[in-house]
This record gives sequence, structure tokens and C-alpha cells, in this order.
Amino acid sequence: MDLQFDVGFMNNRNENVSEQTMPNYVDVVIVGAGPAGLSAGIYAQRKGLKTIVIGSSIGGQVNDTSSVENYPGFSSISGEALSHMFYDHAISLDLSVIKDTKVIEISNQGKAKLVVLEKGNAIRAKTVVIATGSTHRTLGVKGENRLAGKGVVYCAICDGPLFQDREVIVAGGGNSAVEAAIDLSKIAKKVSLVHRSLLRADQILIDRMNDLDNIDVYLETQILEVLGENRVKGVRVKNKNTQVERDIQADGVFVEVGYTPNTSLVNGFVEMNDRGEILTDTKMQTNVPGIFAAGDVVEGHYKQIVIAAGDGAKAALSASEYINYLSNEEELINEIA
Amino acid sequence: MKLLNKEVTTQLQQVFENMKTEVTIALFTKESECETCKETDSFLNELVETSDKLHLKRYDADKNKDIAEKFQVKVVPSIVLLDHKEEYQRIKFNGIPAGHEINSFVKGILEVSGAGIPLPEAVADRLSAITKPVNIKVFVTLGCPHCPGAVEKAHKLALMNPHVEAEMIEAQTFNDLSGKFDVSSVPKIVINDQYEFVGNQSLEVFMEEIEKTQISVQ
Repeated sequence: MDLQFDVGFMNNRNENVSEQTMPNYVDVVIVGAGPAGLSAGIYAQRKGLKTIVIGSSIGGQVNDTSSVENYPGFSSISGEALSHMFYDHAISLDLSVIKDTKVIEISNQGKAKLVVLEKGNAIRAKTVVIATGSTHRTLGVKGENRLAGKGVVYCAICDGPLFQDREVIVAGGGNSAVEAAIDLSKIAKKVSLVHRSLLRADQILIDRMNDLDNIDVYLETQILEVLGENRVKGVRVKNKNTQVERDIQADGVFVEVGYTPNTSLVNGFVEMNDRGEILTDTKMQTNVPGIFAAGDVVEGHYKQIVIAAGDGAKAALSASEYINYLSNEEELINEIA
Repeated sequence: MKLLNKEVTTQLQQVFENMKTEVTIALFTKESECETCKETDSFLNELVETSDKLHLKRYDADKNKDIAEKFQVKVVPSIVLLDHKEEYQRIKFNGIPAGHEINSFVKGILEVSGAGIPLPEAVADRLSAITKPVNIKVFVTLGCPHCPGAVEKAHKLALMNPHVEAEMIEAQTFNDLSGKFDVSSVPKIVINDQYEFVGNQSLEVFMEEIEKTQISVQ
């Protein structure tokens, strides 16, 4: 058993604002406190904008990553530690962050935006940055829902230890899937990685996986069904080339097949593509003036921490430009009047 | 070897400054058949050094059967948090609260010391209607970032109602128990060994499941 202590409680003493004490009018509201949201917060705060970040989870999905090895400056760091560093950095600039709180509605209110929180409190802002991230995608096959939490699981670092000396399947072929397979190979007796096409993980991870002798890799293999009555017994798969179906026995299925954007909040308010990702211009502005978006929630091919952080920076700088433009315009109107 | 490094120790010292009253940590161990008893003991020994308000009492569960029974201790290692009068507050940690779980452990200590955060009014109202015994088990693993949140909620509900008790169970240490309750995803919450759900759900979800135990069987 790994006896390190991952202290997150230190963040509590830093809480500088709550729903009750938050201001009622700010320059920028950032919805989401993952890499995109916190990076946007850092940039906006440094621009001197009155900024508030509202998030349900500090760090977001980064917390579910056992180790991050592709964020510049860190050859290897736990996801949890990296999100603490993002948060501490943001807080050191006196950025206001409301934690564990969901935003339920964003709307236009004249030139301002109205952001309503789950407990009914509301805040007005000149601009909003949507950085709500994404959640894991499901396989969408027979048996998956019925066996969810009964062997079908979605968090490898949480549930991995429960499969000591058992056989598990990892579904997926991206970095998260290959990383999960590597992590699980240390705990489980045998790991089968099943992916419907070819691997798209980084070569460095694939090489590391191939060095391990208790991982079997099934490519161009589609999962048709999760088997088992009250507990996972395995999966039925079909090889796409040979069309041959077979069953792979396992006690657990770790689903790592990508992510789906969290956009229900702005459904019908801003433009999205058919995958539910928000469309923005190159300055991260949506089709609604004053509403920006950043990170996994935005249309784009690569969902990476460094890209989310970059998006956040762009969105904040763009919001700052927009606010300058607004105030110039107001002055102009005042002069004419 | 020290389990808590300097950085963590400093953080603990700062957090525990918020404690309002003294808290006694009762640790139950056994001499044999307990892989993690020794390190749990070392951990707590270091932890109580970080605040004058913290006290540690050690019990051998075999030799102190009456006390173990009083606090409903059924496995070892088990940690029971007692208030300033050394009274049972119905919250327990079975297995070492290391990894992420140190967060729920620290919150538990603060709660018992009177530095807790009140429950939302609507939840408090529903909780006050609970009059029959409720046991909440929260299965966790130490690498699970979502687990401390569920443990904190269960413990808070127990602290606020004398009919409710809540315990964290480290799923790897208590493999048999995890198997019995079919734990394959954490946090898994089991109420009165009968009703269950998975995930760090809202207090409302906890209450819905708890309320199911209150319907009397004719």
C-alpha cells in the first residue's frame, strides 16, 4: 500500500470568497476550475480585471490522472499535485475562487451577462469564460449500464486497487487507456487492452506498455457487449478484419474511450458542433459577444492539459480586449450625449 | 522513518489551529493478523504531535472488548474520534486514512472539535426526522480523489443525528468486506447493509437512501 499523504485540505484555508460574500458585478466570470479555467483566471487577474472563478472541482479531470508527463517543466508529476499547483498559483494572485459550486444558467442581460449559481445566487459580469471541461464517454454497449459499478468502472486510479490479482480489460486506445493499462498491470494479474482501431497514444507510452508481459493488446477489435449477470464476467468482441467474435474473460472493464464535453449549461445559448463542442473563433469567442470558451469544452482535436491552459490564456486576453472595447464605446456614447 | 514530511506537518499544524475543543483519537489494533496496525499507530503518533488539542489512546481490541463494543469496533485497525468529553460521536475510520483520505480524517477531527460547517437547512430538517438506527459504510481506496468527499458527508450526517453512525472502510485492507458488498467502484456507500450507491453523490442522495431505512415493515 502506498503511504503518501495527498493533502488537499490546505486549500480550505485559502478560500477567500463564498457564494454569500461574492461581489455582484465583475469583469469576468470563469465557469470551471480545471487547467483552462484557472489559467484564464491567472491571466485575467494579472490584467487587473475583477475576476471570479466558479467551479465544481478544482483541477477537474487532471485529478484523475495518476501521472502527468507531458506538461512542460514537469517530467513527471501526479495529476493531483499539478492541480494543487495551478490552484495555489491562482490564489497567490488573490484570484477569487468559489469551489464545489455549479453554475446552472448563463444569459444576456443587456450588455452584461447574468450567471446563476445552483443555490439561486446570481452574479453579473461583462464577460464569461466557459471552461466546463468534459466527462468520460461511455462505451454505449449492451450490459454497460447494468454492470456500471459492478465491474464496469471509469476511474482507473480510484478502482484499480480493487482488482488486485484479477483479470481486467481496458477499453480504449488513447493516452488515458494505455496509461491505465500500464498502471493496472502492476495490480492486476492480467490486462487486456481492447481498441476498435489502431492505438493513438504517444509512442513513449506504447513502448512502455509493450515491455510489460502481462498486457495483451487487441486492436481493430470492437466491444459488442459487457458480459455478466450481477458482476462483470468479460466482454464479447469482434475483430474488424476477420469478423470473428469471441469472449474475453475478465473481472473488470475500465472504460477509457475519450470524453464528452460538458455543455448542457449553454445548450441553445452558444453555437456548438454535432459532438456538442462549443464553436469559437481563433480568439476563443463564441457566437455570443462577451461569451468565451476554453479547454476540453471547445471544438478541437487534441484534449490536453497544456492545450486547455493555453486556451484559457487566450480566452482571458480576448475577454480583456473585449472589455476595453466596451468601455471605449461607452465613453464614446457618453461624449456624444 | 517519518510518515509525515515537513510540508504536510506544517499544513496540519495550521489546519488544527482552527480546532475549538480537544479531540481524542481512539485507535484499536491487534497484536496479530493486522498488516497495517503498526503503520497506522506510527501515523497517528506523528499526527497528534501537530496539535496540543489532539490526544491518542491505544486499545488492543482483544483485551478491551467492552470498549471496542461500546464504539462498535468490529475490525482493526479502526480509528474512533471522541469529543472533548471522550464521548463517542458515531464516526470511524477502518483502515489507515492515508493517501487522499487524510483529507476526510482532518475534516472529521475539525468537525468533532466544534469547527465544523453547518448542514444546509433542508438537509438538516430531513435528517432530524431520522429516528431509527442507521449505519453508513463508505468504501474507499487511498488513491481515489472523489472518496474523501463521500466520507465527509456520511460523517457529517452521523455527527448531526444520534441515530446515525458512519464509517470509512479502506477497501483493500478489508478485502473480505469489500467482497461481501461487491465493491468494484469507489466510493461505494452502503446503508444498513442493504441500500447502496456509488460515487460522491449529493447530501440529498444520501438522505433518500437513509429515508428508505425508516419505513417500518408491517
